[in-house]
Amino acid sequence: MGAYGDAGLGLLGDPTRRAIFELLAQRPHSVSELAERLPVSRPAVSQHLRALKEGGLVVNRAEGTRRVYRLNPDGVAALRAWLERIWDEALTAFQKAAEAAPIDPEQEQQ
Amino acid sequence: MSTASAIPAIHGTVTVGVPVEQAFRVFTDSFHTWWPPQYHIGKEDLADAVLEPREGGRWFERGVDGSECDWGGVLAWEPPHRLVVTWQITGEWQFDPDPAHASEIEVRFTADGPGQTVVELEHRHLDRLVGGQAMRDAIIGGGGWSALLETFATAATATP
Repeated sequence: MGAYGDAGLGLLGDPTRRAIFELLAQRPHSVSELAERLPVSRPAVSQHLRALKEGGLVVNRAEGTRRVYRLNPDGVAALRAWLERIWDEALTAFQKAAEAAPIDPEQEQQ
Repeated sequence: MSTASAIPAIHGTVTVGVPVEQAFRVFTDSFHTWWPPQYHIGKEDLADAVLEPREGGRWFERGVDGSECDWGGVLAWEPPHRLVVTWQITGEWQFDPDPAHASEIEVRFTADGPGQTVVELEHRHLDRLVGGQAMRDAIIGGGGWSALLETFATAATATP
């Protein structure tokens, strides 16, 4: 398991991938349904879905002529990706707060 | 149904340009100043998040209406080097007092020279969290932190 600093923000660090993940958490979507709801092109959606699938966060199946994506019901990879994202955000915020805080608590009043 | 297979722990590391005492102080006393406010579980927006500075202390959020919602408790309080807290929320979105159902977050603060501290975080025992039945409903109705925890709970119960 890499540290946060490592691969940047991980699979859900990209805002579009995160938006796709959150839409799929609501219900399964096809590629074109996702593209309609997001400000990105259909090829871009497909590319993000490929990354999410490779990361084990989503699975797909054919439904007639379309391919429908949903969160991986196994859930473990999704859980961990979500958590990594949250801790990454929290630790980054902590770093900023720590470096902005006065060195000595007594100095806070000044 | 619990099984022996464990969910791998989450690890994070950050280096901060402050002495170890300050890093510990900001992490704990000033928890509310840096915790991303969107990650909370109460019905109300987050007004405050509190980590009580002692072993056995509470870790909880306070909503804008004053209501409090537990997240867990302080297992180890060793300033300025080590902190262990539990995270114990069920799939039904309730605080679960059973320590057997608690995941743990350990944070270690190590001085790296006089003005620099390495902070290492481990979130472990993710498989201990108890899930509820209504995970999909909760994800639909929730989002953000609540969706995360429900995914969490499902993963914990669904792990083969």
